[in-house]
Amino acid sequence: MHLTDQEKKILDGRHGEAARISLSILVDLGELFGAEEMMEVSQVHIDSSIYMVDAGLEFAERFAELGAKVAVPTSLNPSAIDLERWREYRVPPELLSKSRRMERAYLKMGATPTWTCAPYQQGMIPRFGEQIAWGESNAIAFVNSIIGARTNRYGDLMDLCASLVGKVPRFGLHLPVNRRAEVLIRLTGITNEMFEDKAIYPLLGFLVGEMTGDRVVAIEGIPQNVEIDSLKGFSAAIASSGAVGLFHLVGVTPEAQTLEICLNGTRPKEVLEISPKMIRNAETRLWTAKGDMVDLVVIGCPHFSFMEFRELAELMMGKKVHSSIAFWVFTSRTVYGWIKNCGIVKDLSDLGVMVFTDGCPLQYPKETWHFNVMMTNSAKLANYCYSQTGLNVAYGSLEDCVDTAVQGGISRRKSPWKKY
Amino acid sequence: MEKILRGCCVVPGKCEGEIVVSSQPISFWGAVDPVTGCIHDPRHELFGQSISGKVLVFPFGKGSSTTSLIILELARVNKAPAAIINLRTEPILATGPIVCKHLYGKEIPVITLYEGAFQMLETGQHVVVDANKGEVIIKG
Repeated sequence: MHLTDQEKKILDGRHGEAARISLSILVDLGELFGAEEMMEVSQVHIDSSIYMVDAGLEFAERFAELGAKVAVPTSLNPSAIDLERWREYRVPPELLSKSRRMERAYLKMGATPTWTCAPYQQGMIPRFGEQIAWGESNAIAFVNSIIGARTNRYGDLMDLCASLVGKVPRFGLHLPVNRRAEVLIRLTGITNEMFEDKAIYPLLGFLVGEMTGDRVVAIEGIPQNVEIDSLKGFSAAIASSGAVGLFHLVGVTPEAQTLEICLNGTRPKEVLEISPKMIRNAETRLWTAKGDMVDLVVIGCPHFSFMEFRELAELMMGKKVHSSIAFWVFTSRTVYGWIKNCGIVKDLSDLGVMVFTDGCPLQYPKETWHFNVMMTNSAKLANYCYSQTGLNVAYGSLEDCVDTAVQGGISRRKSPWKKY
Repeated sequence: MEKILRGCCVVPGKCEGEIVVSSQPISFWGAVDPVTGCIHDPRHELFGQSISGKVLVFPFGKGSSTTSLIILELARVNKAPAAIINLRTEPILATGPIVCKHLYGKEIPVITLYEGAFQMLETGQHVVVDANKGEVIIKG
């Protein structure tokens, strides 16, 4: 790689040990992916902020102790816990103490305490074409595809390195030439009625991720009036079943005003189809729950938005969560401020809904809660549920999740793809 | 008879070990238990099997950006695979072994092979992975 004099000085350790290690790691990455030089990024979203294993904590504390400071605005992904309502969340002492250490390390380095996996819905939202470095697979897919900012799929640890230097190697999805669609997927036989059941979007994302792997994909047939929260569920699913960092929805996303634009003068290397039968099959494969027994309903993966809370509050009106069910909603502390302000927090809490901030349902404290079966409207959560939590999982729309929580047994409306 | 497969170095290093092949992509976070080094995703074809100390062969990474952290943790507790062989290696996957080198001074060589060579690898084979030269040597 061609390095500037200033970058060479950093590698010589003249800007401190933290910057030296960070840039060495970034240069290694660049060399491996054929980058010719480093480039500046305007902001970073850090995935590594969640306490999961000791290596992540050692890494953060080592940099913090070295006196490292973020070089560009830097937001944080969730913590492992609700940092404020940790008592209600029954956080065991060790997890609390390690999450606090994580919090101290990242705040000491100057990161913004956003604690959310949906950083694209409030806070430091980049503009179209802006060069950024984001971690968190769902956020990467969303910010590249829906907003049109440019980031590679940065993994934990690399995200902090990018933040401390404010640079990344110039390669991959930072370059327009690599952002054109290689695969085209057409939706065939998917009726308007099917799009009215919003459970379709995460299922489509799950299928597209499986079919696409690590390539850039264009999808034809998504309605133009698709809601932003449905796109959130789609992005989360596509990046859990595949390594998709960028997708184009023809006529919907900014780099795909037309199919020709997102193909950029090339022909797709592969053209595939998604049928109603495949959607039904995807839903069946996500389910591991047997019968209608359920004891936990979780929504807010990725973190719930204000509009989703409005919808939830309407659906819950006049109802109450069944005594045998824990109904959890995960959101950011920013959105929590809004829903507290307008009374939604109190309304929901009176009906038995528990709202948590900062945390991630996949990391809930298993030692202090004893659940068996979870229901969710997130295909990402359903996909990782069994391996991360040991719980069996059922999947449905937000309405189904509410019915399930109120009735105390799994409820799934007859979806229009059921008959295929 | 030895057989030499030539590919490209992603992360340098050299090691010897037994092959475990997965035809499916792997998200280390979600699929690999960071305590035991075993695959704990019941949807995965290697469910229940250990990947620690093995030369792990799979087409490409997928899923979570926490994959890099799980690889680093596996290295920290000495449960990491000995080497990784892919068709294509994406940045998140490469990050684990790169950081591991800088932080713990441990090598997890990563190499990519072309489709034809990749298909010659089978579970149970004993191989030498020399990522520095971009070679995988299948031992007789």
